[in-house]
Amino acid sequence: MTVLVDKNSKIIIQGFTGKMGSFHADEMIKYGSNVVGGVTPGKGGSKHLDLPVFNTVKDAVNETGADASILFVPPAFAADSAMEAADAGIKICVAIVDGIPSHDMIRIKRYMRRYTKSSKMTLVGPNCAGIISPGKSMLGIMPGHIYKEGRVGIISRSGTLGYEAAQQLKNLNIGVSTSVGIGGDPINGSSFRDIIEKFETDDETDLILMIGEIGGPQEVAAGEFAKENMKKPVVAYIAGLTAPKGRVMGHAGAIVSAYGESAIEKVEILKECGITISKNPSVMGDTVKSVLEKI
Amino acid sequence: MDIHEYQAKKILSNFGVTIPRGGIVYSPENAENKAREIGGSRWVVKAQIHSGARGKAGGIIVCNTPLEVAQATDKLLGKKLVTNQTGPEGKIVNRIYIEEATDIERELYLGLVFDRSSESIMVVASTEGGMSVEEISKEKPETIIRSKIEVAVGMQNFQARELAFGLGIEPDLIRRASDTIIGCYKAFSELDATMVEVNPLVISKQKQILALDCKMSFDNNAMFRRSQVSELRDKTQEDTKEIFASDRGLNYVSLDGNIGNIINGAGLAMASMDMIKLAGGAPANFLDVGGGATPEKIVKAFKLVTMDEKVKVILVNIFAGINRCDWVAEGIVDALKKIEIKVPLVIRLAGTNVEKGNKILKESKINYIEANTLEDAANKAVAALNK
Repeated sequence: MTVLVDKNSKIIIQGFTGKMGSFHADEMIKYGSNVVGGVTPGKGGSKHLDLPVFNTVKDAVNETGADASILFVPPAFAADSAMEAADAGIKICVAIVDGIPSHDMIRIKRYMRRYTKSSKMTLVGPNCAGIISPGKSMLGIMPGHIYKEGRVGIISRSGTLGYEAAQQLKNLNIGVSTSVGIGGDPINGSSFRDIIEKFETDDETDLILMIGEIGGPQEVAAGEFAKENMKKPVVAYIAGLTAPKGRVMGHAGAIVSAYGESAIEKVEILKECGITISKNPSVMGDTVKSVLEKI
Repeated sequence: MDIHEYQAKKILSNFGVTIPRGGIVYSPENAENKAREIGGSRWVVKAQIHSGARGKAGGIIVCNTPLEVAQATDKLLGKKLVTNQTGPEGKIVNRIYIEEATDIERELYLGLVFDRSSESIMVVASTEGGMSVEEISKEKPETIIRSKIEVAVGMQNFQARELAFGLGIEPDLIRRASDTIIGCYKAFSELDATMVEVNPLVISKQKQILALDCKMSFDNNAMFRRSQVSELRDKTQEDTKEIFASDRGLNYVSLDGNIGNIINGAGLAMASMDMIKLAGGAPANFLDVGGGATPEKIVKAFKLVTMDEKVKVILVNIFAGINRCDWVAEGIVDALKKIEIKVPLVIRLAGTNVEKGNKILKESKINYIEANTLEDAANKAVAALNK
């Protein structure tokens, strides 16, 4: 989806010279992503993976024209790095890191309100797998080869469950336009609703597969948005039928604390919004296929 | 992370909230002395466990003499209290809080939580203190008042005042009430809390505003900068398997079923549990070894799942991405050399190099059942159970 990343996206890695940053930068470059450099404060002026290292995101943007970034900085410094990216004029930033305090996420979101809608950076994550537009660019940590090029958009909280979906689609010879991992935290940079809205206007996408889970109001908010505003079909699966109330299921955000947050309740509400439900995680691909055949 | 009532009260009192006089004790003798030290003529003996609804479970006893305080303490110490929040196994009482009894005039409810919709902090109050917030929203929803706090500027006096007037607090006490509400807000925002609940917040006959019971939870992700809070962790209140897991970087939740799970990724783990349920089985646990599923984590995961005596079948479901299936398979084979598995084992690998991974498993001497899809894995696990 060109509104998020494409072949022309110029990517920098924040936390470039660390172990994670180096490994995934290399994977992204191998996939064909246009990585133009990275940022590690204090190492500016040096080279890493044959690419320039900068002290600040502003320096990197000025020198390379970067418009996309991906964060591999430790959780304690991640909020600071995301705000630095926003301020330097980065258009899309993916925070892979797991473990950012919720109070920090609120602070980031509040900070970003200073920008107008057109100049505001899109933040995706944290605690996510990132974004891939198969055949074009990967701004993430997913195994690129499981995604076939095509016209289904995927939005998933979970990384591996998103991979599972991409694999099921590939086995049915169905491809993906863009897959976005929004992450498992209680407060995300971009919500299901934010991304579903981008897919609706994306002329490379025919159908959206939304993979949600227990906890929080986001899946329902996306469903209500879809009901009012979308023409493209949406298929959804909600994980966590067996999750007990009040317990955190791995993802910090996966906790049922109010009405409408359990898997069963979310499924009921989404059905009322006209969304086709994949009744179990093994048939996400089949459900997408049957809906695609009706278009 | 949860803390005890007495710890939460201590924190709130540091933020200017008034609490009844009290002290923590570990023995009946201690308790008797503490009661005399506190003074007065009535005391409340409160079992400290990480759960609400302690009163209904017999964990809160009102006493009229220091001797009764000692007896009540003796009765509660070392006992397991079962409440509607602890599960059937209950939680052990190792600490007792002795508090002066309060002459209650009114009981109010005050709670602070993250509001995920508006991405702000929500203060919730009600005139119906003493009931759980779920009960209040079901039975007396009209009594609930809310105030959304803009975190960048914090809670303002007028917002606290509006809540206080909304609760029908008399004019002379409004100032004190708003200071109390703002104190709770500051504790929440300055200590990386995820929940502060004062229930009940009481107005005493002597016109004091007091936090009579309090629960606080904190963001585990922020404990790196809250060492004073993280020191309050009481591991005796946690499931031993869950402690084993959290100490080893695994995400684990103990459940009631008998199919043990080892899965990479929280979403995939929940999805696998769903498949088990749809296949007619019940998961014994949620266990996410992390997206990478490293061999070290897999060894630890097998250790953890085999610690659970309920487990009659183990289901391993790994979607390998950049960490290829062959590498994951080697990790599994290696783990099974170190740990003996006495129950049927179902393994489903998917993703990168799946054929190579399955070949490695087949050629090793491990005894297992191969599965190909999520559904196949769940069906085979349930079938193995019934054999």
